[in-house]
Amino acid sequence: MAAPWREILKKIDDYRWEIPTDYKAGMTVPGLIYASEAMLGKIWEDKAFEQVANVAFLPGIVGHSMAMPDIHWGYGFAIGGVAATGVEDGVVSPGGVGFDINCGVRLLRTNMTEEEVRPKINQIVNELYFNVPSGVGSKGKLKVSEKELDEIMVNGSRWAVEKGFGDAEDVTATEESGCIKGANPDKVSAKAKQRGIPQLGTLGSGNHFLEVSVVGEIYDPDAAGVMGIIETGQVVVMIHTGSRGFGHQVCTDYVALLGNAVKKYGISLPDRQLACAPVQSPEGKDYLAGMAGAANYAWTNRQCITHWTREAFMKVFGKSRKELGLEQIYDVAHNIAKIEEHAVGGAKRLLCVHRKGATRAFPPGNPDIPQAYRDIGQPVLIPGDMGRYSYVALGTDTAMKETFGSTCHGAGRMQSRSAARRMLKGADVVRVLAEKGITVKAGSISSLAEEASEAYKDVSEVVDVTERAGISRKVVKLVPVGVIKG
Amino acid sequence: MYYALMDKEFTILDHTADVGIIAYGGDMKEAFANAARGMFSLITDLDSIEESEYRDVELTVSDEESLLVEWLNELIYLFDVENMVFRRFNISRLTRTSLKARIYGQKVDTARHEIKTGIKAATYHMLSIERDDVNRVQVLFDI
Repeated sequence: MAAPWREILKKIDDYRWEIPTDYKAGMTVPGLIYASEAMLGKIWEDKAFEQVANVAFLPGIVGHSMAMPDIHWGYGFAIGGVAATGVEDGVVSPGGVGFDINCGVRLLRTNMTEEEVRPKINQIVNELYFNVPSGVGSKGKLKVSEKELDEIMVNGSRWAVEKGFGDAEDVTATEESGCIKGANPDKVSAKAKQRGIPQLGTLGSGNHFLEVSVVGEIYDPDAAGVMGIIETGQVVVMIHTGSRGFGHQVCTDYVALLGNAVKKYGISLPDRQLACAPVQSPEGKDYLAGMAGAANYAWTNRQCITHWTREAFMKVFGKSRKELGLEQIYDVAHNIAKIEEHAVGGAKRLLCVHRKGATRAFPPGNPDIPQAYRDIGQPVLIPGDMGRYSYVALGTDTAMKETFGSTCHGAGRMQSRSAARRMLKGADVVRVLAEKGITVKAGSISSLAEEASEAYKDVSEVVDVTERAGISRKVVKLVPVGVIKG
Repeated sequence: MYYALMDKEFTILDHTADVGIIAYGGDMKEAFANAARGMFSLITDLDSIEESEYRDVELTVSDEESLLVEWLNELIYLFDVENMVFRRFNISRLTRTSLKARIYGQKVDTARHEIKTGIKAATYHMLSIERDDVNRVQVLFDI
C-alpha cells in the first residue's frame, strides 16, 4: 500500500512538500514541509502533518505554515515549526513559541586543541558540573532580588556583563544583542518571578546540556575562519538551555489568558493549545512584553553560565582568559516570536515570526547580524545528540525569501523518553559514550537513557536537507568529548 | 467503594517528544486526584513520598478543561518553587469551574527521592474529560 501521505502532499521538489489548504477545512494558507522523502513516513506517523495544518488556521498567517526537517510532534504546535503572522492583521500565540521561551544555543571557541584537553577531560567535566548548577529544580548560585529580576527582564545579557559575568563582545555576538526590546516586568506574574529568581544561572534538565566539543570537519574554511575556527581538533564549548521555570510560567499564564482572548475576539481554532490574540490587542501586546522579559532572562542565564564555564577552564588548565580564548562565536534563540520585516509578494511587511524549535538564519548583508558576520551570514548553531555530532551553519538568501529567515534547530526526537528508557540503561549509555571517547556527567544517570543517540534522529540528515533546500549551509561539524547533563 | 472497581488509577501515555497521562476515577474528584498522582509518578516514585506536610489549593477558572490544566500547573508551580512532591490529593470541592483541595507530601529529599523528570507544564493539547461509568481525564505535558 502506498504511504498515506502520498495522497496528501504535493511534491514541489526533493526537499519541499506542500500540504494543500483543502487538506483540512479552516486552513488559510498551505503547509510546507522541508524534508527528504525518507523522512516523511516518520513525520506522518508522528501526526506532525496535522499540527502543521492546524497552525495554518491562525488568523493573519502569511505564506505557509512551515516545518523544518527536524519537525516532530509537539503539544499544539509541532516542534520545528515556523509561522509568520501580519503584525497589523495577525495573531501572536504563546504555543508557537513554547514553554521554554528563548531556549537556545551558545557557542564559545578556544585556542586549545583536542590533544591539550583530552588528558584533563575528566577534570574539566567535573569542574563544569560543579561550577554550573544543573538538574531538575536546581537552584542557582546567584541571589537576585525582585528589582534585579526586573532589570534582567529589561536588559538581558547586558545585565550580566555589567555584573562582571562576561565581556561586552559576548553581547555583540548574541542574537538581538541579548535583549529583545519591549519587555515589561509588570506583564509577568508574581508566580513566574518566584519560579525565576532561584533558577537564574542554572542549566536545567531534559535535553539541555553543556558540552566540550572538538572541530571534526570544516566545510568552508574561509567562513569558519571568520568565526575563529581554524583547524580540526580545535576545542569549542556549547551551551544549550533556556529561561527555566520563569519562561515556563510566563507561557502557562499566557496560554490561559489568551484562551479567554480567543473567545473575546471570536477566533476559531482546532486546538486550545494554539490559544492566541491579535498582535495589536492588549492581550497580544502583554504576551509579547512578558515573552521578551523571559527571553532576556534566558540570555542572562546563558551569559552567567558562559562566565562560569570560562572560570572552570581557567582553573583546570591554569591559563588566562587570553591564552584560552573562549570567545563567544554566537548565541541563537530557537523558541521565540520576533517582530521582523520581510518581503511578502514584493512588498515589505512587518511580521510576527514564531520559531518553535527553529533557528533564525539571516543571510549575508543583513543589518540585524553582527558586523563581523555581515559578509558570511548569521551563524546557526544546530546541536545533535550527545553521542554523535553538532553543526555550525550559516543563514542564506533563500531562507530570507522562503522561510522568513529560518532553518532547523537540532536533531529532533525519534523515540519517546520512556521507549528510550525501556531500551537502554543510563549506565550503559555512559559506557558506550566512554568507548567513543566521550565523558559524560549527569545529575540523573537513569535519565541519560532518554538522551541517548538512539532516541534522536541523525542531525546530519536534518542539516543536509536544509543545505540541499538552500535554507542554511553547513560550515563546521563538531564532535563531543565531554558532556554535562542535568 | 469505586476504587475496588478500578483496574488502575492512571496510565502513562507515551509520545515522541512529550508524555501524558490518562487518569480514572469513580467520580471526577477521584479522576482529578489520580491525574495529580500520575503526574507526580513521572517526577518521582510515589511510594518514596511521605505525607509530612500539606498545602491547600483553591482555584476558580472559566471552564472545566482550564480547571484540570490549572490544577496540574498549580502543582508544578509548588514543586518548582517550594520543592515539594505530593502523593495524596484530597479534593473537598469540585465544580466545573472551581476546586478546593488539601494535598499531602514532603520537601524533595535527594537522598530519598530520585527526580526522574522535570515537567514544564500541563497543556491543552488532546486534553479530554469524559464522564461515563468511569470518569476519565487525559492530559499531555511538556517535559
